[in-house]
Amino acid sequence: MSAIWITIIALALGTAALKLVGPLLLGGRSLPAQAMGVIELLASALLAALVVVETFGHGRALTVDARAIGVAFAAIALVLRAPVTVAVLGAAVAAALVRAIS
Amino acid sequence: MTATRSPDRTESERARFRAGVRRGVPFGIAVFAIAVSYGVLARPVMGSVAPIVMSIVVFSGAAQFGSLAILGAGGSVGAAIAAGLLLNARYLAMGLALAPSLRGRPLSRGAFAMAIVDSSWAAASRGDGTFDPWYMLGVTVLQYPGWVLGTVVGVLARGALGDPRALGLDALFPAFFVTLLFEEVRGRRKVAAAAGGAGIAAVLTPFAPAGLPILAAAAAAFAASRMRP
Repeated sequence: MSAIWITIIALALGTAALKLVGPLLLGGRSLPAQAMGVIELLASALLAALVVVETFGHGRALTVDARAIGVAFAAIALVLRAPVTVAVLGAAVAAALVRAIS
Repeated sequence: MTATRSPDRTESERARFRAGVRRGVPFGIAVFAIAVSYGVLARPVMGSVAPIVMSIVVFSGAAQFGSLAILGAGGSVGAAIAAGLLLNARYLAMGLALAPSLRGRPLSRGAFAMAIVDSSWAAASRGDGTFDPWYMLGVTVLQYPGWVLGTVVGVLARGALGDPRALGLDALFPAFFVTLLFEEVRGRRKVAAAAGGAGIAAVLTPFAPAGLPILAAAAAAFAASRMRP
């Protein structure tokens, strides 16, 4: 089986398990406060890492190119309370414009 | 998403579900657009069928974009799976928080649990530690077909599009993560976790194989959890 299908199956089962553990197995009991404290923060840490790698990563090098302009547009749009769709699609338009004129 | 309207607990289940559906319409539209970009970006890496199947069975933007980023960069299957699961570890916390608000048989509790997505879970919070499961289900119910159909459209559109870089499609990827991050980061511990995660990824990228800088960012969550809230 290919790497892609293994990834799909593992993430389907794993994501379902993460959602189901609380409601089916723990029945209202909670995990130790220390564990919950880390779990709550994992998404913030990993999302920020993904933003850095996907904006500036070029193989193993870090570069600043049109993607950075697009991401900056998205961030500013969100701060100005634009809808998510505008922020995401606007990022693509901004990056495309930078590439078209450079 | 932050909860702006607390569900009313006196309404019938049907009324609360319908209120949830109305609340979920804008989320469904946004999710559709993001799924189109997922389909467009996933097709060169995963082919035509796999991205659609993945949207049907995984139904998670963070895990799907996150694992795609690692596979697309030549990272290992193990790193792609681990990153996807760590990105979704928040569902464990959300499920634990939801559990006391669920009644009925395990099958029914499980069905509500599977309907957890970030926006619906947050919207269904009554603000006193309890949740409205019917309202949550309503907010989610349009997002699922939106996510799957958007992926189909993206995969099909990919062939008709020219160079994805010329269209700026490679910027969709990080922009999507910025929107998730923007919704997620509330309070100084989350800000610290995000800043630490970004720093770890930037420092490790030149030295570590693809995927590892993202996994290593989990260390920032451990460190930030020791801060006072």
